[in-house]
Amino acid sequence: MENLLNIFVKSIFIENMIFAYFLGMCSYLAVSKTVKTSFGLGVAVVFVLAITVPANYLLENYVLKEGALSWLGEGFEDINLSFLSFIMFIAVIASMVQLVEMVVEKFAPALYTSLGIFLPLIAVNCAILGGSLFMQERDYANIGEAAVFGFGSGIGWLLAIVGIAAIREKIKYSDVPAPLRGLGITFIITGLMGIAFMSFMGIQL
Amino acid sequence: MSSEKEPLFSSKNLKLLTTPLGAQNPITVQVLGICSALAVTAKLEPSIVMSLSVVFVLVFSNLIVSLLRNTIPSRIRIIVQLTIVASLVILVDQILKAFAYEVSKQLSVFVGLIITNCIIMGRLEAFALGNKPWPAVLDGFGNAAGYGLILVIVGFVRELFGTGNLTFPGIGEVQIVPDIVYEWGYVDNGLMILPPMALITVGIIIWVQRSKNKDLVDIS
Repeated sequence: MENLLNIFVKSIFIENMIFAYFLGMCSYLAVSKTVKTSFGLGVAVVFVLAITVPANYLLENYVLKEGALSWLGEGFEDINLSFLSFIMFIAVIASMVQLVEMVVEKFAPALYTSLGIFLPLIAVNCAILGGSLFMQERDYANIGEAAVFGFGSGIGWLLAIVGIAAIREKIKYSDVPAPLRGLGITFIITGLMGIAFMSFMGIQL
Repeated sequence: MSSEKEPLFSSKNLKLLTTPLGAQNPITVQVLGICSALAVTAKLEPSIVMSLSVVFVLVFSNLIVSLLRNTIPSRIRIIVQLTIVASLVILVDQILKAFAYEVSKQLSVFVGLIITNCIIMGRLEAFALGNKPWPAVLDGFGNAAGYGLILVIVGFVRELFGTGNLTFPGIGEVQIVPDIVYEWGYVDNGLMILPPMALITVGIIIWVQRSKNKDLVDIS
């Protein structure tokens, strides 16, 4: 339990997807003009990360990893399919996003109207594939840890995008040098926010 | 396009190659492909290797998609493109693991993330699907080179000011700041190699570029 909490806090604050690894920057820069839309996108990312990371964990450990196919019989023990992982992960993510979209549309139309436009965008969001690849690299011990990691990373991403959107809403009123307006100042603010987030480094529960 | 044959490097084609380096730079103007760009720029060597990988993937995916552009049904084009890109990235990843293992460890997940690099999907959607193979190759090369240019500048600045050395592929670490400067009291700025400074460096590059080229200034 303590371990799970540790992974959760670490993935939100210390290994924040945006400030530490710059993942999902494209949509982070494009959709952070108002707090409302960025919150919608953030929730969609949390949702999809929390589903795809455990799904890819199962795929990794029961199909792709070296020796993962041993449950099929003795002849399969030394098969290593890990070179296929990129293509498998992206396929799982794309189909999961499609599936989530259909399920949400059917059972929660209210949620669909607020999340709907963002879901297709997410299939090519680097944060989603990045979450699965980090899960593969760090080799989590069980599916619970992987799920908590996915959920935590999503929350961290949500925090970051809502924070920058709030700052950008206010910065409209300040006198930024003309060439720096828009993109330039957003980069610099993100850098400063990243420095602030670095103060969480070394937290261990 | 008219039926008469165009020269291989006509001015129109050349323009495809050069505008992404400056006025249409994918990173600083089009805001594409930042995701996997910044994290690898703490040193010069991984930045160069990453740029070369992106050049390879973008040129070949542009070529393949452009060759197939009349046969890909538009409803499933995204998944077809992703499959093509993913296969090329697997190729790059395996080659790096075989011949440049150290760099491939440093790049870690970011090689895989070339798949979701917006620059690739963006160019495939915007250019390769509607153009002939040769212009598509040039466009791919130009955009990947514009991306690489920024990566190399950022990597150069960060490593030089962060450690005083530069790492070149094949040569290794070379000390640039001479010892005598350290004796005078110069200290390396360790902050430069931490992640946030990549963002600030890119922000400053954008600032410089936009003050030189007033057309790019964001009025909103």
